[in-house]
Amino acid sequence: MSAREAEPTPHSTPGSSPATSPGERPQSRAFLEARGVVVEFATRSGSVARALDGVDLAVAPGEIVAVVGESGSGKTTLARTLMGLERPVAGEVSVGDRPMPRSTRAMRTFRRKVQMVLQDASGSLNPRQTVYESVAEGIRLHRLADARSGTAEADLVAKALSDAGLRPPQPLYLRYPHELSGGQRQRVLIAGALAVRPDLIIADEPVSSLDASIRGELLALLLRLRDELGLGVLVITHDLGLAWNIADRIAVMYLGRVVEQGPTEQVLEHPRHPYTQALLSVVPEIDRLEPQVLRGEIPDPTRIPPGCRFHPRCPALAEGESERAGVADACRGVPLPVLPADDRHAAACHLDAVRHAPGTPAS
Amino acid sequence: MSSASAPLSARQIARRRRGRALRRTWAEFRRHRSGVVGLVVLTAFVLMAVFASLLVDPEGLEVTKATGGVLEGPSGQFPLGTDDNGRSVLTLLIYGARISLFVGLLATAISMVIGTLMGLMSGFFEGWPSAILFRVTEWFLVIPFLPLALVLASVLGRSLWNIALVIGVTSWPGTALLIRSQTLSIKERPYLDRARVLGAGRWHLMSRHILPNVMPMVLANTTLTVAIAILTETTLSFLGLGDPTRVSWGSMLEDAFTVGAMTTGAWWFIVPPGVCVVLVVLAFTLVGQSLEEIFNPRLRRR
Ligand SMILES: Nc1ncnc2c1ncn2[C@@H]1O[C@H](COP(=O)(O)OP(=O)(O)O)[C@@H](O)[C@H]1O
Ligand code: SF4
Ligand SMILES: [Mg+2]
Repeated sequence: MSAREAEPTPHSTPGSSPATSPGERPQSRAFLEARGVVVEFATRSGSVARALDGVDLAVAPGEIVAVVGESGSGKTTLARTLMGLERPVAGEVSVGDRPMPRSTRAMRTFRRKVQMVLQDASGSLNPRQTVYESVAEGIRLHRLADARSGTAEADLVAKALSDAGLRPPQPLYLRYPHELSGGQRQRVLIAGALAVRPDLIIADEPVSSLDASIRGELLALLLRLRDELGLGVLVITHDLGLAWNIADRIAVMYLGRVVEQGPTEQVLEHPRHPYTQALLSVVPEIDRLEPQVLRGEIPDPTRIPPGCRFHPRCPALAEGESERAGVADACRGVPLPVLPADDRHAAACHLDAVRHAPGTPAS
Repeated sequence: MSSASAPLSARQIARRRRGRALRRTWAEFRRHRSGVVGLVVLTAFVLMAVFASLLVDPEGLEVTKATGGVLEGPSGQFPLGTDDNGRSVLTLLIYGARISLFVGLLATAISMVIGTLMGLMSGFFEGWPSAILFRVTEWFLVIPFLPLALVLASVLGRSLWNIALVIGVTSWPGTALLIRSQTLSIKERPYLDRARVLGAGRWHLMSRHILPNVMPMVLANTTLTVAIAILTETTLSFLGLGDPTRVSWGSMLEDAFTVGAMTTGAWWFIVPPGVCVVLVVLAFTLVGQSLEEIFNPRLRRR
């Protein structure tokens, strides 16, 4: 919370950041939620990198949320923080209204419900464990196998592997990670997470190393699990097309912040943040927009630009649009608020604020 | 389709996997000629120690039943001559292998357990618990080893077990440092994060992920430690701190020196135990070096 208070801004909603706004979808009670989360890393040179600089994000049961953004925008750090692998220096993560557990036992219960597929598929498998053991690990840790009720360990492992598209699973049982292809490793990781039967799965670039047919199959599986079991999914991707196909909601991240978020159709059909517009303009399937290649690289999180963090690269500012709307100075000097994680389409942008000011009809 | 075609139980799978890993290591080991030579020599000595009573009559160890003369040279009856009590040196040598190997292996086991635990914990934990463990290791590393062993041996008394204990508690720091550095590097691997995400606690991480990955290094290190332990046993026995009731290669050498075998030219009492010690130590070292090359990828790349 301190991150939000540290930046007095004209748009901030003081005191609280409700996950749902009154009157809109009251049933969307967040299952896993980040509020004002700040995560820092000490770099070798001694400076502090703020990988997350105040992020609100919520996932409700049965909801599919996509987090998109360039590499280096903090997506992986956000996923790791939601999973309890990184501790925020400010803000908090809550699980079904309770703060993230600290004790080992409570953490284990939490991880029975929330699973994650890590980004690095080749390093995430123990080189000395066979495929079978890797997939059975979660089953053993949570004692999910019960031969009497017909769910023997081998059955659960076989089911998880074939769910993840590795069929037939038996020939793979005794393989070691170095004997698998990149796509197979990725699917073993997914199988390991599915085998625990979580309520929510966080997947960090889960399909980036898979070919199109398997990719489609896995996405179909996620949708099916959502429909049948109410599985919630937080999927991290830089593939906007993928987000379009499966996500209910999208959060666009840039340099440690969510800069635009809302229901998928609204964000992708009427992007309001110049960053989102630029990302969308280079997606081949969408040719409504003039392709815009962003200038420069994403800045180093040890030196976050003042004002709007996107301003050094913002095409709207460079082309004088902000100037004409009278917000150019604000772009360079006035920080923007943290976007609340709810169902409303919102963007953290001064230009957008004038365009969508109360009274002006929303897009 | 899941249950019909899954005839393998988890245990069968684990066994198969272990069998495979073992065969792979063996195939690689066979390519190291020096290691194979070491293994052959070791096997010979171990067989000799185990079947000592089939090779020579154990009564030959008893001073009262000695049949030979004092420091007799090699002959048909006594192929390696006799000692100062008229016992066959060959009999002493064969039974001495038992004691030397036993003490060496026991001491190594003690050293390995302490070293692995200390290394694992000081590498895995963070903050002051790790700092304390590391300090203790360093402290044991710098205190002169032989004086400490001498003091401990004389305090504890002269018995086989005590000798092994003394060697064990003085020789672990090297192992601990090795395991610690391995643990530190494995701790950062992504598969530890995966295990955490799956719900693993500290114990699971250490026993299922870190230990199996450092174990090959422990194994390679073990054979090197056995060599050192056998040498130390010889040294301590030679200095008169061994078990007085048992014959080991070290105690034979001590005897030989006290009765002046060196000056009287009774080489048959000195050379055989000396050669045996050197051979066994060399064999363990050769095997250890080959294993280290197989298990340590950094050495292998060269
Ligand atoms: N363990 C770490 N130590 C130092 N810096 C880190 C660490 N993890 C991430 N970062 C930094 O935080 C920023 C965000 O990284 P990351 O969350 O991996 O982004 P993304 O997944 O969107 O590519 C990057 O600038 C990265 O260098
Ligand atoms: S606030 Fe200004 S600089 Fe930032 S994205 Fe909007 S228009 Fe661009
Ligand atoms: Mg990433």
